[in-house]
Amino acid sequence: MAQPIVQIDGVSMRFNIAKEKVDSFKEWFIRKAKGQLRFEEFFAVKDVSLTIEAGDVYGLVGLNGSGKSTLLKIVAGVLKPTTGKCTVRGTVAPLIELGAGFDAELTGRENVYLNGTVLGMNPKYIDQHYQDIVEFAELGEFMDVAVKNYSSGMVARLAFAVATITKPDVLICDEILSVGDFLFQQKCEVRMRELMSGGTTVLIVSHDIEQIERLCNKAAWMRRGKIVIDGSCEEVCEAYKTGAQEMRERE
Amino acid sequence: MAYLKGIWAGFNRYRYLLLNLVSRDIKVKYRRSALGVVWSVLNPLLMMLVQYLVFNNLFGMGNAENMQINAISGQPPNFAIYLLSGQLIFSFFSEATNLAMDSVLGSASLIKKVYIPKYIFPLEKVIFSFVNALFSLIALIIVFIFTKSTVSAWLALFWVPMVLLFIFNLGAGLILSALTVFFRDIKHFYGVVLTALNFLTPIFYTESIFMGKSGFIEQYMPLVLRMNPVYWYVSMFRRLVVYSMPPTLSQWIGCIGWAFVALVLGLAIFKKAQDRFILYV
Ligand SMILES: Nc1ncnc2c1ncn2[C@@H]1O[C@H](COP(=O)(O)OP(=O)(O)OP(=O)(O)O)[C@@H](O)[C@H]1O
Ligand SMILES: [Mg+2]
Repeated sequence: MAQPIVQIDGVSMRFNIAKEKVDSFKEWFIRKAKGQLRFEEFFAVKDVSLTIEAGDVYGLVGLNGSGKSTLLKIVAGVLKPTTGKCTVRGTVAPLIELGAGFDAELTGRENVYLNGTVLGMNPKYIDQHYQDIVEFAELGEFMDVAVKNYSSGMVARLAFAVATITKPDVLICDEILSVGDFLFQQKCEVRMRELMSGGTTVLIVSHDIEQIERLCNKAAWMRRGKIVIDGSCEEVCEAYKTGAQEMRERE
Repeated sequence: MAYLKGIWAGFNRYRYLLLNLVSRDIKVKYRRSALGVVWSVLNPLLMMLVQYLVFNNLFGMGNAENMQINAISGQPPNFAIYLLSGQLIFSFFSEATNLAMDSVLGSASLIKKVYIPKYIFPLEKVIFSFVNALFSLIALIIVFIFTKSTVSAWLALFWVPMVLLFIFNLGAGLILSALTVFFRDIKHFYGVVLTALNFLTPIFYTESIFMGKSGFIEQYMPLVLRMNPVYWYVSMFRRLVVYSMPPTLSQWIGCIGWAFVALVLGLAIFKKAQDRFILYV
């Protein structure tokens, strides 16, 4: 059997949450001298191991603050885990927050190229797909307008169009389908299905359990940085829906 | 070896981003002001004019006895050329390091959401400042023509000290940008350092004003100047452009040595710090 496309091995992510943030040298020095430089340590992700096979559509569910976004950022390479190892065999397209890397002063067209290269694309490749991007975003006459004059939905459209124009090996989506009007949401879901049928492995975080059930074949439930259960999507979603409520009540 | 290969692959993948960021900076800079490129030529010219009036007419810095002799014409060079050349090199240094210092913090929104090799940001700012410095060379050319100053074949090597300074700026920029993420107040501190370095670089005065004086400060000034890295880049640039002479051995050692030290230190510090940037930006 082929090697898994994403392998997460005993990954932990520790944050130092200082009560007051020390970010000036003066303050750091004073505190160091007084011996007050203490942090509270906090594990946002603790000892998580997951294996994701090529072609999987993997859902992550869990309550707010359970560490889902943190785990996705580790897979995307944005965060480096404190301990453990995360191996990704292939290219990653992160849709963690749409419009990251847009410059409001520049026009839509210029931003397509800027954002495309942020994602590691070649300008020639963007040239070839420029028309597709504009069509998908439905922003034909706005492409030469500065992005600062766009509505937030328009920014999201353009960003989603750019990010999904490549055929990445792994697509990472963190609640991105919740932006935009319902027609655009449907369009996004269609685009994601296209990518999936083309062999892209997808990792999705969503608070819309029905959406997870609709799209995913496997899933994992995270609670306080740990995996409670992982396996087939129905099983995990079922356990999450009943279990989360119970655990909350018990406390 | 595999490690170096990885770095090269990363650079290759993101070189278009680098180009795009530089062209973004240029577009934003020149779109905002109506005069555009003209301004980046005019600005050093006007600065030079002010300094010329003050230091030549008031303090007599540009008097012939203060100046070294141009190897070809046998005359001291025009004080305007002397001023502008020093100012141009120093501005490249101060602009590049200042912009690079804020570059990582300024890209916080990007760093938090996508993986990008972090060194791209300070590198981009140093490239951008280099482009600006090339633009302001036009001002130097204008003054050359205007004052009918002597040129020689050595002028063709004007880019050598600039490229060496580029490397030095990159090293310093890597260090400053990494430190600023953890200690925001480095910025204020660096402003003071820049002012000090500005005075410790012979831009509007000549080194010869300390010669033959017996005062304590005057005795040690030449030595102090030589500890300032920017001194070496300014003096090599002037040697080629203003005095029509080949660089001296100590200029070669000074320029290459500082560039090498800064780059090695910069890479080491940056590499050690970069994984923790995201926790502080
Ligand atoms: N940079 C950071 N510094 C300190 N703590 C952080 C940082 N990023 C996240 N955390 C903490 O890590 C925990 C997990 O956050 P995370 O964003 O991964 O949750 P989540 O599962 O995505 O939640 P949500 O459903 O609300 O999106 C939170 O308690 C958060 O406070
Ligand atoms: Mg989240």
